[in-house]
Amino acid sequence: MHIIEIFEESVDVLKNNKLRTALSILGIIIGIGSVIALMTLGQASQASVKKQIQSLGTNLLTVRPGAQSSGFIRMSSGDSKNLKNEDIDAIKNSNRFTTISQVGAEYSSRSQVSYERNNINVSVSGITPEIFSLRNVQLEFGREFTQEDMGSKNKVAILGPTTAEDLFGTGVNPIGQTIRINGGTYTVIGVTKAKGSSGPFSQDEIVYLPLETAQKVLFGVSHVSTIYISAKSEDVMDAARNQLGYFLLEQHGLKSPEEADFSISSQEDILQTITQVTQTFTALLTGIAAISLLVGGIGIMNIMLVTVTERTTEIGLRKALGAKRKSIIYQFLIEAIILTFIGGLIGVCIGLGASFILTKSMSLPLVFSAPSIILAVVVAATIGIIFGWYPAWKASKLQPIEALRYE
Amino acid sequence: MIEVKKICKSYQNGDNVTQVLFDISFKIEKGEYVAIIGPSGSGKSTLMHILGALDVPTSGEYILNGKNIEKLNDDALSDIRNSEIGFIFQSYNLLPRMTALRNVMIPMAYAGVPKSKRILRAKEYLDIVGLSDKYNNLPNQLSGGQKQRVAIARALSMEPSILLADEPTGNLPTSQSNEIIQLFEELNKKGHTIIIITHNDEIAKRANRVLNLVDGKIISDKKNQ
Ligand SMILES: Nc1ncnc2c1ncn2[C@@H]1O[C@H](COP(=O)(O)OP(=O)(O)OP(=O)(O)O)[C@@H](O)[C@H]1O
Ligand SMILES: [Mg+2]
Repeated sequence: MHIIEIFEESVDVLKNNKLRTALSILGIIIGIGSVIALMTLGQASQASVKKQIQSLGTNLLTVRPGAQSSGFIRMSSGDSKNLKNEDIDAIKNSNRFTTISQVGAEYSSRSQVSYERNNINVSVSGITPEIFSLRNVQLEFGREFTQEDMGSKNKVAILGPTTAEDLFGTGVNPIGQTIRINGGTYTVIGVTKAKGSSGPFSQDEIVYLPLETAQKVLFGVSHVSTIYISAKSEDVMDAARNQLGYFLLEQHGLKSPEEADFSISSQEDILQTITQVTQTFTALLTGIAAISLLVGGIGIMNIMLVTVTERTTEIGLRKALGAKRKSIIYQFLIEAIILTFIGGLIGVCIGLGASFILTKSMSLPLVFSAPSIILAVVVAATIGIIFGWYPAWKASKLQPIEALRYE
Repeated sequence: MIEVKKICKSYQNGDNVTQVLFDISFKIEKGEYVAIIGPSGSGKSTLMHILGALDVPTSGEYILNGKNIEKLNDDALSDIRNSEIGFIFQSYNLLPRMTALRNVMIPMAYAGVPKSKRILRAKEYLDIVGLSDKYNNLPNQLSGGQKQRVAIARALSMEPSILLADEPTGNLPTSQSNEIIQLFEELNKKGHTIIIITHNDEIAKRANRVLNLVDGKIISDKKNQ
């Protein structure tokens, strides 16, 4: 019998058993759906982190306090206090640096910020004026910090757009208004342009103050959490890193790089680490989802075995009328493949729907990868072949007279 | 044409071995019309299943159109059942979710007959058995006699040289039974070999030859004049 006709008959059979068909593919739907959702979610968060880090520029070196450790970069800051304002001044004033174009520093911590009744907990970042150009931050309204703001520890603030909106509401120009941070009052002089990101790295949910205002007036500290340095070009990154490293060692009175009480990382390093971490998580979660796919496959095998038993007389009759073993195998195998294929398709749709909702609610960029979707459907159909094979083979072995006698 | 030599058949259920057929031997030539009679449980159906290549004897030889059946594999047996034998079951054995037409088309589908030709031929044979108005009826929309006639059309559709019928009229009222027997007689005149199991003496009398099976042995083999 022609394969297309076997296919048509299988479709008929499945249509006649709609409820059973639906229930039997549920496992596959859930399995494929969760694999797709988790993969897209993993890719989305990776893309989001990548975008944020790359938006800082590829020439950027970051110096943080704490010992250098290979592979893993410390993401927490502030536990060590050995990067000082003097370090920055020394770097700026040294004429040894041939590879560095700009130097800036930041001290950041979280604090309560309020305007009238609105009260939010947000990252407050004391910065030197170079930070804006180092980190590609631009102003939407107002002006940047001046040397005068820096020197006199002026109580002025520049807000990230999300923070401006949280405090003042949509469409209100907050320039000239006064906000309260930890009891002190600060005048808003600018709002930055949206960079379109959220989470711990967000540059939209932030309050910028002049570095010394934040250090001395607000938080009462004398160290910085990060020093940012831009190399003159991507090619001299390694040279810049070395120059900077040895300079800071000397500055801190240390002899060898092993004693370093700071770590220097490029955006590339950070990106790699984060990519590694998200990839591991994604793989782990996808692995768990894949187990549910396996369970779905076993469900298909179970239902196919029931179908074969139920249709024993039919199989006997077909063999009595001339069906060869291959025809019988195809008949049941195709049924299993159709089941898992449909399950796979529905699973993909549900998975994509779920990823859409999840990425939307976490404001992550949605990246659909066509290959992984096609792969998922192929995997589903393959599961049909693997788990449908045994029942189909069993059916084809039935002897006509025994099968016809079966009650 | 058909030759069985010393066929025995026994069934084993656990330690229990029941022998059903004992040393059965006979020959049936092409174009014969044979009735097999005998009391219930005497092994008629068992014998018929062996003749139809649906079952294998425990011992003995069965030669069908020159081929030794026990030497053939599963698929070769399927081919023989498909093209050389038309088997009419006592209980019709139609597929319940298929229309009369599609039921008749099944053997042709396995033989690889193109679909358009299959439909034409299925209609032709449904016409022959008098069901030209029932092509699209499902089995549960047909009477017993009509179902049996669909089964006959199906058995005829591959134009097999041998037609085996296991009590084809057992469940039918006399009028319908007569129609079917008349159909067999016509087919026999056209050259088909026909073997029919029956409990009905009238039907047996109309055959050319009667085999009487009692307790798994042939006790008489008579030609009707
Ligand atoms: N699978 C089986 N296992 C054991 N015994 C069987 C099996 N099939 C048939 N028999 C026995 O074989 C004997 C012959 O059965 P068979 O069906 O051939 O009888 P029959 O002559 O066709 O009877 P009837 O006229 O009632 O149809 C019976 O005694 C039956 O119990
Ligand atoms: Mg019988």
